[in-house]
Amino acid sequence: MSKNIVEIQNVGMKYQSINGEINAIENISFSVEKGSFVSIVGPSGCGKSTLLSIISGLLKPSSGKVFIDGEEVTKTSDKVGYMLQKDYLFDWRTIYQNVILGLEIRKNLNPENKDYALNLLKTYGLYDFKDKYPSQLSGGMRQRAALIRTLAVKPEILLLDEAFSALDSQTRLAVTEDIYSIIKNENKTAIMVTHDISESISMSDRVVVLSKRPAVIKNIHQIVFDCPNRTPLKCREHPSFREYFNLIWKELDVHV
Amino acid sequence: MSKAIENISAERIAYLKKMKVRRIATWILRLLIVVLLFASWEIAADLKLIDSFVTSQPSRMVKTLINLYTNGNLLLHIGVTCLETVAGFIIGTILGTIVAIVLWWSEFTSHVLEPYLVVLNSLPKVALGPIFIIWIGAGPAAIIAMALAISLIVTILEVLNAFLQTDQDKIKLVETFGANRLQVFLKVVFPSNIPAMINALKVNVGLSWVGVITGEFLVSKAGLGYLIVYGGQVFHLDLVMTSVIILAAAAALMYQGVVLLQKKLSGGWFNHQP
Ligand SMILES: Nc1ncnc2c1ncn2[C@@H]1O[C@H](COP(=O)(O)OP(=O)(O)O)[C@@H](O)[C@H]1O
Ligand SMILES: [Mg+2]
Repeated sequence: MSKNIVEIQNVGMKYQSINGEINAIENISFSVEKGSFVSIVGPSGCGKSTLLSIISGLLKPSSGKVFIDGEEVTKTSDKVGYMLQKDYLFDWRTIYQNVILGLEIRKNLNPENKDYALNLLKTYGLYDFKDKYPSQLSGGMRQRAALIRTLAVKPEILLLDEAFSALDSQTRLAVTEDIYSIIKNENKTAIMVTHDISESISMSDRVVVLSKRPAVIKNIHQIVFDCPNRTPLKCREHPSFREYFNLIWKELDVHV
Repeated sequence: MSKAIENISAERIAYLKKMKVRRIATWILRLLIVVLLFASWEIAADLKLIDSFVTSQPSRMVKTLINLYTNGNLLLHIGVTCLETVAGFIIGTILGTIVAIVLWWSEFTSHVLEPYLVVLNSLPKVALGPIFIIWIGAGPAAIIAMALAISLIVTILEVLNAFLQTDQDKIKLVETFGANRLQVFLKVVFPSNIPAMINALKVNVGLSWVGVITGEFLVSKAGLGYLIVYGGQVFHLDLVMTSVIILAAAAALMYQGVVLLQKKLSGGWFNHQP
């Protein structure tokens, strides 16, 4: 048995429509170790969300295969939790009702899982807000509630699609710190898509750099900081942070 | 800051006072307009400035009203029309929503049916009146059918449109948990569109009234539309005017009912359902 919890093998995606064919991604292969944090960076519109949707089983690739724990992905898996760009908490549900949405849909709403959800709310400081509506919470708290909603179904792998991009830059740093510590605390494997190079370096063990569309892998960087108990903020202040940044920046070849 | 809440500032008091005066003035003016209108109508008719045979006159309308009431017919006519309207409204809303759900469910079906919906939507529904009368018979059923003809297609299109405009990412969110089509509908599409559906209700009330009165014009033995047409045929303008005013009051009341429902739902159980 390998330590790789996710294997992506030669995955390609062509979108078909009346107006033509869009070749979004091409021949993508990489693997993700259990418990690690992997980021995928690339120019916007290159196919990052597409790749994440394929890993989650929401989208069927035109070619190639994805394996989770050695099993081929054909539909959405209970092992995967997804975090989208915005929190998408439902206005008409309380925080608690939002948090148990996934359990409800998977018909797993038993007392044990309810307790687990309530405990997550307690651990991460939202218990007192469980009967409040989303509009009564701050942006950072909402994002945390969204993460708890994902964690409540006990996924092994978290997929984050630009999960912080709807926040303003200050909140974003704080929320990144917050979410990162929760993910590490819960021992989850994470695959995060972002177009923010700093964010990817500060959180990840590996950064996968994609080219512009059709996206192919340009490079995969191993990110190592000799810093105990790393957190995104500590990494940002580390001397080698700049080096990684410049390396990836050049590779992304950003034009204005 | 917290002090400001305890002892309200002088500016705040002045502002609140100003708003109160304004509110009272608004109501006084509103009342004044209607009183003046009816008073000048009455006086002009008395002075023979206008011919009360063709314009009627408030005092004669009151007499007609009392007359209709003592003959025991008034409540019957109001009741019949209101019942037909409520029936048309409820059936139109439920049926329209069900059809919208079916069309949302199957994109292919809705694509196939699209041109028919467009044609039906642009057809002046009154033209269907004679067909309903022949098929259903000259009675309340044909009148309700008329109300349905007018409100149904609009309801379907409005509700379907709202369903289709549901935030795709909210749908994606529940799909990441493995939701099937029914769950997508029940957990996202329906609850997130309750406000839009209530707005459709508001439009629907008005359309149901149009349909019912049109139907009563074409065929009926009772109802406010019947009184209006009958009064017109025998040149009894008192009856026509009285009926129109009762109609206006009834329609306004029913509309307020829907507004009340909307307030209840958006502040009440709609926000607290499990
Ligand atoms: N459902 C779809 N149908 C057709 N084209 C799509 C669809 N989704 C995405 N695309 C196209 O595929 C490309 C990649 O999209 P996406 O994966 O969302 O990029 P990113 O997340 O990197 O910004 C874009 O050009 C987009 O227009
Ligand atoms: Mg994207």
